Amino acid sequence: MASIAANQSILAARAPHRLWVRCLHWLMAGAIITLGGTGTVILASHPRLYWGETGNDLTPALIELPISRNYRHGGFEPAIPFRTAPNGAVTAARTYDIFNQNGWGRSLHFLAAWIMVLAGTAYLFIGTMTGHLRRVIVPTPADLAPQTLLRDVAEHAALRIPAKVGPPYGPLQKIAYSGVVLLCLPLMVMTGLAMSPQIGAATGLMALFTGSQSARTIHFAGFAMIFLFILVHVVMVLLSGPRRQLAAMILGRAGQ
Amino acid sequence: MTDEHTMNRRALIKGLMGAGAAGAGLSLGGCTQSEPPTYGNLLRMGDWLTYKAQRLLIPKAGLVREYDRSQISSIMAIGSTDPANQNGPFYSSEFGDAYAKLRQNDFADWRLIVEGAVRRPASFSLADLQALTRRTQITKHTCEEGWSAIAEWTGVPLRTVLEMVGIQPAARYVQLYAYDAVAEGIDMIDALHPQTILAYGMNGQMIPQGHGAPLRARVETQLGYKSIKFLRRIVVTEKFESLDKLSGLGAGFSWFAGI
Repeated sequence: MASIAANQSILAARAPHRLWVRCLHWLMAGAIITLGGTGTVILASHPRLYWGETGNDLTPALIELPISRNYRHGGFEPAIPFRTAPNGAVTAARTYDIFNQNGWGRSLHFLAAWIMVLAGTAYLFIGTMTGHLRRVIVPTPADLAPQTLLRDVAEHAALRIPAKVGPPYGPLQKIAYSGVVLLCLPLMVMTGLAMSPQIGAATGLMALFTGSQSARTIHFAGFAMIFLFILVHVVMVLLSGPRRQLAAMILGRAGQ
Repeated sequence: MTDEHTMNRRALIKGLMGAGAAGAGLSLGGCTQSEPPTYGNLLRMGDWLTYKAQRLLIPKAGLVREYDRSQISSIMAIGSTDPANQNGPFYSSEFGDAYAKLRQNDFADWRLIVEGAVRRPASFSLADLQALTRRTQITKHTCEEGWSAIAEWTGVPLRTVLEMVGIQPAARYVQLYAYDAVAEGIDMIDALHPQTILAYGMNGQMIPQGHGAPLRARVETQLGYKSIKFLRRIVVTEKFESLDKLSGLGAGFSWFAGI
């Protein structure tokens, strides 16, 4: 990665992370952890995922997640058909007292979402205006050259992680950061809004994702990707000198 | 709230109503009693921000999608499915027995009371409501739990009923009370929304017991818990009411459930 470092010698001479990067990093870290936690609480009240517009305990699920006592609870009175409805639509009264903490769960989720959206917008704005995204985050064509990529994959597979702080970043690192910042997080906002009855309809997002249940399933897939990213991100920090990495991201010190 | 402040607000809202925007007065700040709770609780402040942002960005009459009959799906009945059941959730000792008696008689004696900040308080029988211009809509019920279902609902627009009783210029909220221990409030934008109806029909038949017989609210722009079942009484108010333990808000849920 010497060639990349040469291009960015000016950056390397500065503090490893700019002040605005550090502030927004921790603000978004707090918001994402809150969103993941409350999202899990919300999902636990109905741990079934579907595709299309509709899905409930009386229709087949795409995926059922064993994450709460609501998993396959089966607490329903016998189903009654609607004589005059198509598709053999039925109704059944639920008798089971489900786990549901969505009162605070949903409100905290949206509070964190507000912080995430505001901080994320600020990040994208400053990142674009200063050229930070282009210079530091988005992979260059050279990064994506098969040989460069394969060498970086091999280095990571062998757990040879350089004890380096701040940019310039390696090819896989750039792919991970830009994937989360430019793809996953915007997708989370869009699928989140698509689930709202009125916003989903007014913005066309519900149709874009082929229905609110599809949007909910993609929202969960996005969560899984971000969860995986955080896991790898933390492991990488641990493998590359956690004290120096934390000092750099909190205090902006390069450290020795 | 001072009298002068009230007068100013009334005059302003009256003017806005002329432009067909009864709810536009919502953008006025000030007296916290007239707004959904925004203080003393960080979560409620977040809810308030979401409410204001959605009202600012989405057109007032922004319609939700209506579906084809072929898209009607199975639908669960949750929460209270029988207000007469003493062991059921949300049983009301005050109205549970009354509901049982009304049901025995096929709701022939059932009346919907409409009162509060209206010029002509009135009550309506089921036949009265069925005689009014009906609206049938095939819409999606979205539950805060995460599931959804499509059903066909037939009823009378809440707007029609409110026009009959004549809401007063300062009216800003509509509170819906049920025969179980449930109540919910909505603002005038949702109350006058063309898809907000008082439904007596579901999927081509009278609303089944579990889904709110004989009359339920359909607030299609919000999540399911605002569309309360087993309607008993509608009260138009000038001020925001938390409705204490009867409402989702009392149970810790956001008052505004537009997302």
